[in-house]
Amino acid sequence: MTSATDTTAHVDGEHHDDHHHIPKGLTRWLFTTNHKDIGTLYLWFAFIMFLVGGAMAMVIRAELFQPGLQIVEPNFFNQMTTVHGLIMVFGAVMPAFTGLANWLVPMMIGAPDMALPRMNNWSFWILPFAFLILLSSLFMEGGGPAFGWTFYAPLSTTYSGDSTALFVFSVHIMGISSIMGAINVIVTIFNMRAPGMTYMKMPLFVWTWLITAFLLIAVMPVLAAAVTMVLTDKFFGTSFFDAAGGGDPVLFQHIFWFFGHPEVYIMILPAFGIISQIVPTFSRKKLFGYASMVYATASIALLSFVVWAHHMFTTGMPVAAEMFFMIATMLISVPTGVKVFNWVATMWRGSLSFEIPMMFAIAFIVLFTIGGLSGLMLAITPVDFQYHDTYFVVAHFHYVLVTGAVFSIMAAVYYWLPKWTGKMFDITLAKWHFWCSLISVNVLFFPMHFVGLAGMPRRIPDYALQFADFNKWISVGGFAFGLSQLIFLALLIKACRHQGESVSDQVWDGAEGLEWEIPSPAPYHTFDTPPVVK
Amino acid sequence: MAQQEYQKYYVPEQSIWPIVGAVALFLIAVGAGNYTIEATSDKEGFGFYTLMAGLVVLLVMLVGWFKNQIDESMSGLYSDQLSRSYRQGMAWFIFSEVMFFVAFFGALFYARNISVEWLGGASNNAMTNAVLWPDFVATWPLLVTPGGETSTQMGWYGLPAINTLILVVSSVTLHFAHVGLEENKRTQLNVMLLVTILLGCIFLGLQAYEYIHAYNIGLTLDSGVYGNTFFLLTGFHGLHVTLGTIILIVLYFRILKGHFTPKEHFAFQAGSWYWHFVDVVWLALFVLVYII
Amino acid sequence: MKCRNLLSFLACSTFAFTSTAAESVSGAESQGRSDLNLRPGVTDISNQVYDLHMLMFLICVIIAVLVFGVMFYSMVVHRKSKNAKPANFHENIKVEIAWTVVPFLILIGMAVPAANTLIDMEDASKPDMTVLITGSQWKWHYKYMDNDVEYFSVLATQQEQIKNRLQKGENYLLEVDRPLVIPTGQKVRFLITSDDVIHSWWVPDFAVKKDANPGFINEAWARVNEPGIYRGQCAELCGKDHGFMPVVVIAKEPAEYQAWIEEQEAIAQRAKEEEQRLLAMNMSMDQLMTQGKKTYDTVCAACHMPNGEGLPGVFPAIKGSPIATGDVDAHIDILINGVTGTSMASFAKQLTMSEIAAVITYQRNAWGNNTGDMVQAKDINAAMNGKE
Ligand code: HEA
Ligand code: HEA
Ligand code: HEC
Ligand code: CUA
Ligand SMILES: [Cu+2]
Repeated sequence: MTSATDTTAHVDGEHHDDHHHIPKGLTRWLFTTNHKDIGTLYLWFAFIMFLVGGAMAMVIRAELFQPGLQIVEPNFFNQMTTVHGLIMVFGAVMPAFTGLANWLVPMMIGAPDMALPRMNNWSFWILPFAFLILLSSLFMEGGGPAFGWTFYAPLSTTYSGDSTALFVFSVHIMGISSIMGAINVIVTIFNMRAPGMTYMKMPLFVWTWLITAFLLIAVMPVLAAAVTMVLTDKFFGTSFFDAAGGGDPVLFQHIFWFFGHPEVYIMILPAFGIISQIVPTFSRKKLFGYASMVYATASIALLSFVVWAHHMFTTGMPVAAEMFFMIATMLISVPTGVKVFNWVATMWRGSLSFEIPMMFAIAFIVLFTIGGLSGLMLAITPVDFQYHDTYFVVAHFHYVLVTGAVFSIMAAVYYWLPKWTGKMFDITLAKWHFWCSLISVNVLFFPMHFVGLAGMPRRIPDYALQFADFNKWISVGGFAFGLSQLIFLALLIKACRHQGESVSDQVWDGAEGLEWEIPSPAPYHTFDTPPVVK
Repeated sequence: MAQQEYQKYYVPEQSIWPIVGAVALFLIAVGAGNYTIEATSDKEGFGFYTLMAGLVVLLVMLVGWFKNQIDESMSGLYSDQLSRSYRQGMAWFIFSEVMFFVAFFGALFYARNISVEWLGGASNNAMTNAVLWPDFVATWPLLVTPGGETSTQMGWYGLPAINTLILVVSSVTLHFAHVGLEENKRTQLNVMLLVTILLGCIFLGLQAYEYIHAYNIGLTLDSGVYGNTFFLLTGFHGLHVTLGTIILIVLYFRILKGHFTPKEHFAFQAGSWYWHFVDVVWLALFVLVYII
Repeated sequence: MKCRNLLSFLACSTFAFTSTAAESVSGAESQGRSDLNLRPGVTDISNQVYDLHMLMFLICVIIAVLVFGVMFYSMVVHRKSKNAKPANFHENIKVEIAWTVVPFLILIGMAVPAANTLIDMEDASKPDMTVLITGSQWKWHYKYMDNDVEYFSVLATQQEQIKNRLQKGENYLLEVDRPLVIPTGQKVRFLITSDDVIHSWWVPDFAVKKDANPGFINEAWARVNEPGIYRGQCAELCGKDHGFMPVVVIAKEPAEYQAWIEEQEAIAQRAKEEEQRLLAMNMSMDQLMTQGKKTYDTVCAACHMPNGEGLPGVFPAIKGSPIATGDVDAHIDILINGVTGTSMASFAKQLTMSEIAAVITYQRNAWGNNTGDMVQAKDINAAMNGKE
C-alpha cells in the first residue's frame, strides 16, 4: 500500500440505511457473519490455545528442569510434546493469522466484508470442536497421541493407541477449516478489491496472505490424505507404510513433509506481511522494494514445494536426492534475505520511533534472522546428520516460530488494537510485556542451541548429566516467558473492556492505508460502498 | 476493476446454519472415530449412532443453508460480483480436491516406482533385499508382497473400460444439458441431465459389482500396496461420483421447480464443474491404476 | 548516553556469558567433549563435518553481524527523537540485484564442500567388516556378519537412578550392558534396520546418524582413528522409552578386537552347551522365581511395568491376564513367537530357554497370579522345536 492512496471514504456510520444493528449476547458470536466478529473470535481462540499449548510446554520444561524422572511418566511426556506441537501450530499460530486476515484484509482492500461470510463463520466454529476432540483424547484409556506432531508411521499406526482414530478425524476438521478460511481469503482478494486497488497497490499483508492462502489450499488436502492413510493402515489393514505389504514408512514422511514444509511458510509469510506494514510506519518512510517483496514472497512459496525432504536427510535417501534437497533448501535463503535487507533498507535513513509494535517488529527481524540462519545450517546435509532430531532443531524452529510467528502476531495486535477498540492499550503493561518476553525468550531458546550441539536428542523426558546446567536455565527462561504472557493477557482484557485513552483515526502518525482512514474504533460495517483508490 | 455501476455486495445477516454445521462435523468426527475403534476391536459404544446423528444434522444444515441461499438468489439479492465469488470459491474448492487426489496418486507412484523396487533391491537397497526379503521379486502390479500376501490383477478391459466410456459420455451429456440451459431449451436440459444422472448411477452400480468381483478373485483392501492404492483411489473416486450424482439430482429437482435462468445458474455450473472434475480424475485413474 | 549504557550492558553480559561458557567447556574438555559445541569426533569424516559446521557457523555470524550492524546503526542514528528527517528513496535496482546475487554466491561457496563430504559419507562400499544393527523397542541388536556373534544391547542405568532414589552415575543414561565393539583403523559398515517402529542409530563422534526403518536396510560406515568408548542415543521418537535407548561403541586396536571377537565366539559356543545342559535339569520353584523376577524386571518391566499392571490401553497387564493365568502353552507361544504387529516381540533370540521358562513361571505366580504352574527349560525347548 502506498502513500499515493486517496480515498473517498464511505463509512457506514454516515449511512442512512441503518438496519445494521450490532447484535447482542451469545448469539452474536454464534451466528455472526461479520468479518470483524469472526476475526475477534479467531484471535481469542488462538490466544486461549496458546495458553493451553504453553501450559503443556510448561509441563515439558518442568520435567526437564532436572535429570531423572520426577513429574510425569515418559508416555505422558510424549503426549505433552505431541499435543503441544499440534496445538501451537494448528490451534495458536494459524488461527491467529486467520483472525488477522479476517479483521484486516477487507479493511485494507476496501471491501464490505469477506466474500463468503457464512462459510467464514463455519470455518471458525468447527475449530474449537476439533480441538475439543484432540484434547479430550488425552483422557482416553491409553492416552492421547504420543507420536510427535509429525506422527511418523508406524509409531502412529501399528504401535499407537486407539485415540489415533480421534486424532485423525480432528485433524481432518482442522484441515477443512483451514481450506475454507483460505478459499475465503483468496476470493475476497481476487474479487472484492475497491475500484483502483490494483494488485500492485495492495498492502503487503494482503499479498502475503494471498500467497499463504494458496499454499493452504494446496497442502492441507495432502495432510488430509496422510492422516487418512494412517487411519486405514492402523484400522483397516492397508500397508502404505509397511514394508511387508510393499509400502514404506518413509513414504509417510514424504507425504507429511510435502505438507509440512509449506506449512512452516504458512506460519511465516503472513508474519513477513505484518512486519512489512509496521516497519514503514515507524520509519516514516515508504517500504523499500515493494515489488521485490512481492516476488520474494512468491519465490519462497514456490520453492517451499521442492524442499520437503530436508527433514528426512537421515532416512537413507539416495545421495542424489539428498543433494537436490540440500541445494533447493539453501536457495530459500535468497528471497528471505531480500526481505530482511528490504526491511533494513526501509529503516535506513528513516525517522525512527520505537513504539511497542516497532519494538516487536525489530525483535522479530533480529531473532527471526537468527532462526533463519540456523535453518540454513540445518540445510547442509552432512552436518544435519549431527543436528537432526537434537535440540539444535528445537532451537531453530522456536526462533522462527516463537520469536518469529508469535512475535509478529503480538506486533500486529499492538499495531491494530487501537484501531479495533478505539482506545490506546496500556503502554506500561505493554513495555513490561515486551522486555520480559524478549529477555526470557532468549534465556529459554538460546541455550537450546548448545545442548543440541552437545548431543541432546529431542523428545526425551530425561537426559544425561552433562546437559543439566543448560536445561535448568532453559526451564527458568520458559517459566519466565510463560508468566510474561500473563501480562499480555491482562493487557488484552483491559483493552477489550475499552479502557484507555481514545485514539485518532490514524492512530500512528506514520500509518498509511485504507484501514487508517476509517474511524477508530472501526465501525461494525465498513465500506458498504467501496472507496475509490487512486 | 471495471466496475462502472456500483452494485451493493450482499452481506447476509446472521445465520444459524454454520454453527449447526459445526455441530454436525463434531458429531461426525467423534462418531466416525469411535465407530472405527469399535468396529475394529470388540469394544461397545455409541460411535455408529453418533456418526448417524451427525450425518442427519449435516443434512438438516445443508437443506436449511441451501434453502436460505436459494431464496436469496431468487429474490434477486445477488450481484454479478457475488456470483463471481461463488464461482471462484467453487474453483478453489475443486483445486483442493485435486490436491487430495494428487497425494494418493503420489503414494501410488512411490509404492510402484520406489518402495517395491527398493524392496526388490534397487537403488541403494541391495542389502534390504538380500538380508530382509531374499525371496521377494519386485513386480507391478504387486501380486506377491514381501510378507507373502497374494492378490490378483484387475484388468483394464471389460468393466473398467465400460465405466470409462460411461463417464466420458456422461460428461458430454452434461455439457449438452448445460448448453440447453444456456439456450433456454428446457427439454434438452431435462433429458440430458436425467441421462447424466442415470449414467452416474450405472457407473456406481458397475463399480460396486467390480468390487465384489475383486474380492472374489482375491484382490482385497488389505492385500498389499497394490490393493491399497487400487481401493483407496477408486473408492475415493466412487465417493465423489456419489456426491456428484446427488448434486445432479438436487439440481434436477430445482430445474423442475423452474429455478435457473440462461444467465443466472451458478449452482448448475458448480455442479457441472464438479462432475467434469470427477470425470478427469477417473481418466487419470484409469490410465495410472488400470492400464500401466 | 543511552547508547553507551546499552554498550556497557552488552559488554558485561557477553563477558558473563563467555566466562560461564568457558567454565563448562574446560569441565567437559577433560572428557573429550564440549558442552557448547559439536564435537570434532574421532573419524576423518566427523572432523570434516565439524569443520563444515564451523565454516557455516562463521558465515552465519558474519552475515548476522553485518545485517544487525547496519540495522542498529540506523536505529541509533536515524531516530525521530534526534530529528532525523526521512529520506525519500524506496527502491534501487542495483542494490537489490546485488543482495540477491551475493547471497547466491555465498550459498554456492557453502554447497561445494558440503557436497564433497556428503558423497564420502554415503559411500559405504568396500568395507572391511559389517555389522547388522537392528533397533526394536527399546534395545539394539548387533549381529557381526562375518562372525558367529550376535547379542542385544540395552540400557544399563538402574531404575533407582532414573527415579531419583539413587545418586546418578557419571554415564547416567549413556551406559549399556553389552556395547558394540569394533576395530580401529578399519572401515566398518553398519547395516541399520528395525523390527518395529523407526529408530535412529547415532554416534556423534563418528558423525553417523541413520534411521532404522522397519523392513528396509540403510547403510552407514565409520573408520575410527582412536580407541575409546563412544556414546550416543537413539535419535528418532520410538515410543515411551525413546529416551532410554543409548548406543555405546567401544573401538579397540585390531589385535585386541580380534582377541575379543574370538572370545565372544567361544562364549557363544559355551552358552549353547550350557543351554543343553540346563535342558536336562529341573529348577526349583524358588530358583525359577528368583531368576524370573530378575529377567522380568530387566526385560519385560519396561512395558508391562514392575507391578505387572501394564499401561492400560498401551501394554496389557500380566497381573490377572487370561494368558498368564490360563493355558500355559499359549503363554509360552507368546514369548517365543511374539504377537506380530505389536511391540510384543519374540524373545526366543534375546533370552535363553531357561530364562524364558523362569520368566513365565514368575509371571504365572507373581502379583496374585497364583497358578502354581512351573515351566522348565525343556518345555520351552519342546515348544520351540515343535514349532520349527
Ligand atoms: C516458521 C517456521 C519456519 C521457518 C520460516 C523455517 C525456515 C527455514 N528452515 Fe526450518 N523448521 C521449522 C520451521 C521453520 N523453518 C520447523 C517447525 C522445523 C522442525 C519440524 C519438526 O521436525 O518437528 C524445521 C526444521 C528444519 C529443518 C530440518 C532439521 C532436522 O530435523 O534435521 C531444516 C533443514 O534444512 C530447516 C531449514 C530451514 C531453512 C533453510 C529455512 C529458511 O527459510 C530460512 C531463511 C532465512 C535466513 C537464511 C535468514 C535471513 C537471510 C539473510 C539475512 C540473507 C543472507 C543469508 C544468506 C544467503 C546465507 N528447518
Ligand atoms: C508456534 C509454535 C510453538 C510455540 C509458540 C511454542 C512455544 C513453546 N515451546 Fe514448543 N514446540 C513446537 C511449537 C511451538 N512451541 C513444536 C512444533 C514442537 C515439536 C513437537 C514435537 O516434537 O512433536 C515443540 C516442542 C517443544 C519442546 C521440545 C519437546 C521435546 O522434544 O521433548 C520444548 C522443550 O522445551 C518446547 C518448549 C516450548 C516453550 C517453553 C514455549 C513457550 O514459548 C510457551 C510460552 C507460553 C506459555 C507458557 C503460556 C502462557 C502462560 C500460562 C498458561 C500460565 C502458566 C504459566 C506458568 C505456570 C509459568 N517446545
Ligand atoms: C516393547 C514392549 C514389550 C516388552 C519389552 C514386553 N512386552 Fe509383552 N506385550 C507387549 C504388548 C504390546 C502386548 C499386547 C500384544 C497384543 O496386542 O496381543 C504384550 C502381551 C504380552 C502377554 C499377553 C498378555 C495378554 O493378556 O494379552 C504376555 C504374557 C507378555 N506380553 C509377556 C511378556 C514377557 C514375559 C516379556 C519379557 C520377557 C514381555 N512381555 C516384554 C509389549 C511388550
Ligand atoms: Cu529408539 Cu528412539
Ligand atoms: Cu522444512
